[in-house]
Amino acid sequence: MNDMTPIAKVQTSLKDWETDQEVRWCPGCGDYAILKAVQRTLPEIGADPSNTVFVSGIGCSSRFPYYIESYGFHTIHGRAPAFATGVKLANPDLDVWIVTGDGDGMSIGGNHTMHILRRNVNVQILLFNNEIYGLTKGQFSPTSREGTNSPTSPLGSVDHPASPCAFALGSGARFIARAYDVSKNLSGVLKASHAHKGAAFVEIFQNCIVYNKDRFDDFVAKGVADQNQLWVEDGQPMLFGSEKSGGIKGIALDMETLSLKVVDVIDGDWQAAGVIVHNARNRAIAHMLVEMPFGPFPMALGVIYDDPRPTYEEVLLGQDAKSRVGKEANLAKLLAKGQTWTVSGTAADPI
Amino acid sequence: MATVVDGPDALTGGKEDLSPEAVVVRFAGDSGDGMQLTGGQFTLSTALAGNDLATFPDFPAEIRAPQGTLFGVSAFQINFGSSAIDTAGDQPDVLVAMNPAALKTNVGALKAGGLIIADAGEFNKRNLEKAKYDVNPLEDGSLENWQLLAFDISAMTLQAVKPFGLGNKEALRCKNMWTLGLALWMFDRDRQPLIDWLNAKFAKSPVLAQANVAALNAGHAYGETAELAGPLKQYHIAPAESEPGLYRTVTGAEAISLGLVAGAQLAELPMFFGGYPITPASAILHNLTKLKEYGVTTFQAEDEIAAIASAIGASFAGQLGVTSSSGPGIALKGEAMGLAIMTELPLVIINSQRGGPSTGLPTKTEQSDLYQAIYGRNGDAPMPVIAARSASDCFEVAIEACRIAVEYMTPVMVLTDGYIANAAEPWKVPDPASFTPFPAKFLAEKNGPNGELLPFARDEKGARPWIKPGTPGLMHRIGGIEKNPGTGNIDYSPASHQTMTDARKAKVDGVAASIPAQAVELGETSGKLAVVGWGSTYGPIHQAVGRARRKGQDVAQIHVRHVWPMPSNLGELLKGYDKVLVPEMNTGQFKTVLRDQFLVDAKPLNKTSGQPFTIAEIEAAIDEALA
Repeated sequence: MNDMTPIAKVQTSLKDWETDQEVRWCPGCGDYAILKAVQRTLPEIGADPSNTVFVSGIGCSSRFPYYIESYGFHTIHGRAPAFATGVKLANPDLDVWIVTGDGDGMSIGGNHTMHILRRNVNVQILLFNNEIYGLTKGQFSPTSREGTNSPTSPLGSVDHPASPCAFALGSGARFIARAYDVSKNLSGVLKASHAHKGAAFVEIFQNCIVYNKDRFDDFVAKGVADQNQLWVEDGQPMLFGSEKSGGIKGIALDMETLSLKVVDVIDGDWQAAGVIVHNARNRAIAHMLVEMPFGPFPMALGVIYDDPRPTYEEVLLGQDAKSRVGKEANLAKLLAKGQTWTVSGTAADPI
Repeated sequence: MATVVDGPDALTGGKEDLSPEAVVVRFAGDSGDGMQLTGGQFTLSTALAGNDLATFPDFPAEIRAPQGTLFGVSAFQINFGSSAIDTAGDQPDVLVAMNPAALKTNVGALKAGGLIIADAGEFNKRNLEKAKYDVNPLEDGSLENWQLLAFDISAMTLQAVKPFGLGNKEALRCKNMWTLGLALWMFDRDRQPLIDWLNAKFAKSPVLAQANVAALNAGHAYGETAELAGPLKQYHIAPAESEPGLYRTVTGAEAISLGLVAGAQLAELPMFFGGYPITPASAILHNLTKLKEYGVTTFQAEDEIAAIASAIGASFAGQLGVTSSSGPGIALKGEAMGLAIMTELPLVIINSQRGGPSTGLPTKTEQSDLYQAIYGRNGDAPMPVIAARSASDCFEVAIEACRIAVEYMTPVMVLTDGYIANAAEPWKVPDPASFTPFPAKFLAEKNGPNGELLPFARDEKGARPWIKPGTPGLMHRIGGIEKNPGTGNIDYSPASHQTMTDARKAKVDGVAASIPAQAVELGETSGKLAVVGWGSTYGPIHQAVGRARRKGQDVAQIHVRHVWPMPSNLGELLKGYDKVLVPEMNTGQFKTVLRDQFLVDAKPLNKTSGQPFTIAEIEAAIDEALA
């Protein structure tokens, strides 16, 4: 189980990944688009429904497993990573996806998110971030922006929001990616997360049509997307914008302040402008990208960081296997271990 | 240099015969003095001498409390004898006090005429002040109710280990071995197993091994040569009569661990143990981590919730999930237990109870989590609960928990407590082949009448099929939301919730059909009084009822292992007695459950001091009930 044999690829279609269950999200919810993207991606990566497990916590996003024709476990609030860790340690050959949200994964379950990432259990974690509590009817969440009006913050929330990708990186994650629900690039990001061996953390901005409608329009809306989305790709310069939308721009390093800056790219000469070529194994750049303040900077999307190291189950179960070598599992002997004494008449005792 | 006060000998009742039937010895010292280690090794030598025994380690929650303080005293009590021993003994016959604080906190328990062995070297001004003594009790006659033997153990230890060139601090650490050597002489014990143990323990540092052996020998020699015309005498306790067989000593935590390994083997399953360190449950995680070759995976989770969640995840994936904790951790696991009940997955939860509520008494014993075990979850969440009566009983109880979990697809809680977890007793090593296997079955193909998959179809016991992810074609979803009785799909219609609530209850109630009828431990199946207990009160109740019966009192002992669901004959059985007395280390929880279930007029006898019942306390309650 630790010989890294790739699991046989299976031929399926999108339809094979649909269940007979009625989908119960609000009409227009971003979750629909993510569901379709996942169902479209699974056949493309050759996933086997019999060998795939979706584990979720509680919240709108966590209903996800019911709509995927695979094994599914809808668990309790915030704890999906812990259940998934047990599943992977019991059977590392299973392909495990965790579906969580900003409340489930960053608030009540922040602890478990941290630990599954630092341990590096080989799973894909899809965190749907809609910056609001949907299922409990619209209270502010740990990713809600300051000043969010909600039933529990009628004067505007005062909590400073958490940044899921920065949190993940700080927890020791080796794969960080970002996308949004209706993006055509979502499937590509999901494929990359699946190809990564280890805990892969994907933040997906998701539109809550009822309680936080169009919250991400400042970078996903048509017309602004071009100037406000930076899709990073390993080995490619960090460019965004277009001639049509006000010029091509790039991300460069300000050597004096050791911080990122936006530069104009003239006549396509990004090298002259000092634009950085993205290196997905560069942890320092990853930190800067996820901390880049939106507004002065575009939103960094795509595979921000991807630098695998041995997985938790590989190391732990490998250590266990090694410790078993040459040891006999004889229960009778184990029970009789240590200093023993015999009460007479026991010569024939079988032990 | 030795202070000797002679008097009536509690051990022999003043008789010439130096062979008492049973002796209770308490070693007490600073928490850094190694009293638990001394007690543990004395226990082993006692077991090897063939005496029956019971122990009671009693130590503070602090790892090394400030030296010499009253709250830093660590004690280890052992009761051993030539007849059956069920408790660690009500009152010590011998108290070994390594400092003034140990004397002050323990001497009150010593039997009148009992022997105090005190390290006079530690009774200096500073230590007396810390123990809040104005005058040295070794010199002011305040100990005249007892026999006193006080000499400078510290100085004699230093003398004994001098050739090995240890520093003063290290040399004084050998004090406990000197004391142990004296104790071994007093009870005529073989030193060799201890010497072997010391050589193995200090294999990497032979000088320390030699020094400790020298201290042990010096303590022994002191007894031998200085057999004073005073209280120091050698006693001979005949071996106890016990069933022929191979024996070892075992603590509750060890027996639970071994029982879980045996249970997983009988279920033909790999075991997954998710744990988070907590006193007094951590020892189980420590033990199992060393048993990987038995198909055990241990996982130290980030918290109590993750510990149980990972175990449930492993059960979902087809292993036997186990988690363990103590009261506060069990409280945290409550929601996840509900999920295991709702998704009907096997799971074993060990609760080593301690005093509560909240952090309570981390190192002291109590039985106050019974309500939590039976009722402590949201919703109608039935779960079988079984309780171990003694350290060795933990083995069978752990196996029984695995059986119920696997056969009924349900979480099961095992209740032990701090007393059982730490206490040691002789254990006749069982033959694993004597247990009936209960191999787990996994669904291999669709089980519906029309070729569909029904993850929540039920067998004759009411259990659903166990379906391992990775099985071709059996994809399905489970979760904490109410589900359709057959397909398991989300369904919170009124009829569905009614059906499923009833089915979950019927399944757990039905466990009663697979357990033995309640037996009477001592006495008749009807009469004037039944003393009904559960868990670690077995020992004192057994002794008290035994004594009462020898006095001619009409009293019986009933001890319940399956506290939920209870044996189906228990209600009728209890109605056969005029009175029912329920001793418990809580404020009356099992008493209330019995009243609720059987409408019997059960009367409580409660103790919540963090200490086990004494036999005398229960005897007194029996006398009162029969008066």
